[in-house]
Amino acid sequence: MNKSLIHLLLVCCGTGCVANGAREVYQALKDNLTSDDKAVLAATTSARATGCHGLCAQGPFVRILPEDITYCRVKAADIPEIVEKTLKQGEVVKRLLFRDRQKKTLVQGQNDIPFYQRQTRVALRNVGLIDPSSLQDYLERGGYRALEKSLLDMRPEQVIEEIIKSGLRGRGGGGFPTGLKWKACAATPAQPRYIICNGDEGDPGAFMDESIMEGDPHSVLEGMIIAAYAVGASNGFIYVRDEYAQSVASLRKAIEEAENHGFLGENILGSALSFNIEIVRGGGAFVCGEETALIASIEGNVGEPRDKYVFPSEKGLWGQPTIINNVETWANIPVIMERGASWFTSLGTEGSKGTKVFSLVGKVANTGLVEVPMGTTLREIIFDIGGGVPKGRSFKAVQTGGPSGGCIPSEMLDLKVDFDSLSQAGSMMGSGGLIVMDDRTCMVEVARYYLSFLAGESCGKCVPCREGIKCLLEILTRICHGQGEIGDIALLEDIAETMQQASLCALGRTASNPVLSTLRYFREEYLEHIEGQRCPAGICRELSEFWIDPIICTGCGLCLPRCPVEGIKGEKKQAHWIESDKCIRCGECIDSCSFQAIKVK
Amino acid sequence: MSEQEYEENIEGFRKIISGFPGEKRYIIPIMHELSRCYRYLPRAALELTAEYVGVPFSQVYSMATFYRAFSLQPRGRFNIKVCDGTTCHIKGSNILLDEIHKNLGIGPGETTADREFSLETVNCIGACAIAPALLVNERVYPRVNAAALKEIIKEYRGGGDNDHHE
Repeated sequence: MNKSLIHLLLVCCGTGCVANGAREVYQALKDNLTSDDKAVLAATTSARATGCHGLCAQGPFVRILPEDITYCRVKAADIPEIVEKTLKQGEVVKRLLFRDRQKKTLVQGQNDIPFYQRQTRVALRNVGLIDPSSLQDYLERGGYRALEKSLLDMRPEQVIEEIIKSGLRGRGGGGFPTGLKWKACAATPAQPRYIICNGDEGDPGAFMDESIMEGDPHSVLEGMIIAAYAVGASNGFIYVRDEYAQSVASLRKAIEEAENHGFLGENILGSALSFNIEIVRGGGAFVCGEETALIASIEGNVGEPRDKYVFPSEKGLWGQPTIINNVETWANIPVIMERGASWFTSLGTEGSKGTKVFSLVGKVANTGLVEVPMGTTLREIIFDIGGGVPKGRSFKAVQTGGPSGGCIPSEMLDLKVDFDSLSQAGSMMGSGGLIVMDDRTCMVEVARYYLSFLAGESCGKCVPCREGIKCLLEILTRICHGQGEIGDIALLEDIAETMQQASLCALGRTASNPVLSTLRYFREEYLEHIEGQRCPAGICRELSEFWIDPIICTGCGLCLPRCPVEGIKGEKKQAHWIESDKCIRCGECIDSCSFQAIKVK
Repeated sequence: MSEQEYEENIEGFRKIISGFPGEKRYIIPIMHELSRCYRYLPRAALELTAEYVGVPFSQVYSMATFYRAFSLQPRGRFNIKVCDGTTCHIKGSNILLDEIHKNLGIGPGETTADREFSLETVNCIGACAIAPALLVNERVYPRVNAAALKEIIKEYRGGGDNDHHE
């Protein structure tokens, strides 16, 4: 921070906050600071539009340093008050502070909010603190020091050795040791060699990589340049999902700045290394997150995977040795090089070192981005950091690993999360989405949802995946519509196992995980649908009927306007009832009721 | 596209396509740019692309149909993308799709007869904290419910204010 500055204001401009008006907040702040009568203020205060602060449920945020005052749910209209009271008079605007619902207190500093207290930020070290469009900000936080150290003080083999020692495993889901990939690439004699950053974050419910690309793009570039030095590559590609417009803009700016300052281009930092990075925009195909499909897509082909009897580290892009790592993996590289492998291995578990970023979403109070050491339990993440399930409902399951992952039930909340433990539980780490589900989530429908997602995304090249998914989807859809048959479960299991064994790539081999894991932990719910003709969560419309318990209903009337078909009747302060012939079973009333008086028959 | 429109546009296609190097790896970037300008991929433009980068038309066509970002049918002036990522899904994106069908009479992949609105679902826009979310062109609308949806459609119906939304 510049010494003449008294205040630094950080405005969260992550995707979620922008949708809630963060850009307007930032603009209002700029306008208020630069208006004439506040010239003094303008000289001593700086406002930064930063990447995601993490606690998306409470955004947009304005964080004021050095005092560390964090204001939540800020609107542009709040800015004059913040400027007047906090910046000029040093007063805190209490109504904008974070409310700790459990302790019933107001929390002033970001670091005092329980959500942040248990986190260890490594990959996200700069996200939310720096202006992603400013190279200067990144340099002030120690950026490109790791590159300098690697390039000027170490030999390429030493860099690779350090990454191997750190035990870093690929954060994109595969969990393959990163250092070994690099070593294999460096050992392949062919030239040229390529570096790829996989930013095709396709798992629905996951936005970790998006936040890093948006909020700290230079960390990704720095990681890639270090790898280029280690394996002797001359060109790099960042493949970004089509849906992430803001990430593309942020990376583009960062590449330009890095080129202007000699971190990219010819003779980087005066060394013999020359390296360029290009951005490639995806076409909106989930399978392109699979590395061989991604490579095909960069080459200008349909994004179909190939069998990996030879790894991309030997024959990748255009048949040349290629290192392909995920965004979060790249963001970890500079810290490891700077602080050393032994520091990194002090975090995490035996088999999984370091931290992992999760996007904690779904039916959880503190939705947002969370970074914790590997080995943290699901309970800590969901309840201590995430604040548990809102609206007094009960926790049912957490889905990890995206469409190829699985659902983990409440009995397993004490599971320590790492690559190996999640696989043993029938799910997987995936890229790090954690989707919390409550008793209003139907597990059969969730499995159906994932299969319908995958049906649209299977590339169609191999039969077990293409036809298997179709059959599973057909059966699950039938069950959700109340036309399930006895024997369906055995059929599901049979098809699922065949797909696991016979599909060409990881997409097909794991596509049946959602079905198998829900069958493993929620078989009762399937039986209830098939034999009992009832959806206990009240989600499958043909199998649900709602009623209001007259003993619990207080007649508050909250549900009345929420019903889109005016199907709820009753006088104020009298028990209400639902006209079942009108009811379209949308569930709006259940979700609006504060007393849980509305039940599923 | 009628013959006359085709004649009028062919120069436009050429101009866009020739802005890229004539290599196979630029097919996707060319298609992105064509979509941005025309809101779909006209057949004639794809034929020119194939010729320009030197691959068979069938290959360009297979890519245009493989990737979700591209459409062979004209999209509406206001393209509604309902996020159907897991979080949005369990928070009721299917209800939004039902409501849009009720209000505009279109399902995913369809465009209204007046070419004002089109609807598609997208896998996840990475805005799970504000689920269920939808986009109209590039603007994100957070925590949409049936009532909010009606307001959004009203906002765009009859033209909306274009400079703000396009």
